[in-house]
Amino acid sequence: MNHFNRREFLKLAGLGGVGVVFSSALPGVARAAAADEFYFLQLSDTHWGFEGPPNPDAKGTLRKAVASVNQLGYQPDFIVFTGDLTHTTDNPVERRRRMTEFKQIVSDLKVKNVRYMPGEHDASLDNGKAFKEFFGPTNYTFDHKGVHFIVLDNVSDPRALIGDEQLAWLAADLKQQHTNAPIVVFTHRPLFDLMPQWDWATRDGAKAIELLMPYQNVTVFYGHIHQEHHQMTGHIAHHAAKGLMFPLPAPGSQPNRTPLPWDPAQPYKGLGFRGIDAEVKDAEYKLTEYPVVKKVPG
Amino acid sequence: MSASMKAVRSALVAAMAMAGSAAIYTHVAAQPKEKVIKIVAKRFDYTPGNFTLKKGEPVILELTSADVLMGFNLPDFNLRADIIPGKVTRVRFVPDKTGTFTFLCDIFCGTGHEKMNGKLTVVG
Repeated sequence: MNHFNRREFLKLAGLGGVGVVFSSALPGVARAAAADEFYFLQLSDTHWGFEGPPNPDAKGTLRKAVASVNQLGYQPDFIVFTGDLTHTTDNPVERRRRMTEFKQIVSDLKVKNVRYMPGEHDASLDNGKAFKEFFGPTNYTFDHKGVHFIVLDNVSDPRALIGDEQLAWLAADLKQQHTNAPIVVFTHRPLFDLMPQWDWATRDGAKAIELLMPYQNVTVFYGHIHQEHHQMTGHIAHHAAKGLMFPLPAPGSQPNRTPLPWDPAQPYKGLGFRGIDAEVKDAEYKLTEYPVVKKVPG
Repeated sequence: MSASMKAVRSALVAAMAMAGSAAIYTHVAAQPKEKVIKIVAKRFDYTPGNFTLKKGEPVILELTSADVLMGFNLPDFNLRADIIPGKVTRVRFVPDKTGTFTFLCDIFCGTGHEKMNGKLTVVG
């Protein structure tokens, strides 16, 4: 299904989310999919291996999300998981078992172009060793249809540091880009001080933002906080995604960052994944938020 | 804790020591007139978890870890330190505002890390 038809599908299905704009100068007249538009999904904080009251369906939620992605009437160009694929464990054998299971479950995704990055639960206790064994590098770049994507690792150092070496790598990569180039950054923790009292920050995140500031079209997608959140630092937009295990409270809304309780009347409330329509020419990203399951049975 | 995790932590601690702790920590010789608060960090709490200070009264926090590398971060006062096992980290501090403030571990230390925090109350 081409991009135009995907939009028509959303319109007909009534699935348009916040910020999704449907427009056509010639209603009912098909046009070819624009070469500079594409669509990708962000899934985050699946915490495979977690067990506890905040999610009585801990072993089923990821599988349901995979099924929901596969059931979309259109499929994205690629899918990115923005960290905390697994829940932390001190046991290196158990960590690898969880990564094996996670990988097996997401192998059911129809889309095979899948990008991974670690969260602190995956990588902070062994500096990313197990993650690299299973998923490859923790920071890298790739280009897709005119957008330059940068994956930044702010978790393999348990101090929540990107580190000077990676910052130098980022600076060198950015030097290759035109200041008007559309750039998307994927990271796990927020690069800005969202809520340092809850460890929702990156200690040297300001250095990364400083490097990105000269570039006019930069957007950051991240995870970690298990909820939708949108904030600007100057002209740079930062979008946090919902998680797929348990939701966390809004910043500062309660004394501690304890998971929000499971609501039997509204199972999977606060969980979900995100679709992103990228319009390369204008460097615009229109977000659609999807629930884990469209309709809960029963 | 696993052997590999201990090895990673040990390497990190060694690297930090080589990098020079002076830039990271504030080691201050305790003055008799200054109040000293001893705080022990262990996975996944601080003892004491709550303490009270007076506004404008200098204090020295003596931070130690009972197990692994930990952080002590008091964001509302822009104060943080690494707590290296086997060492006493001293931080001089003069609270300049009243209220109740969260301090937390900001070095990921395991499954209870998110709950590792405490409260400082500053009274007038």
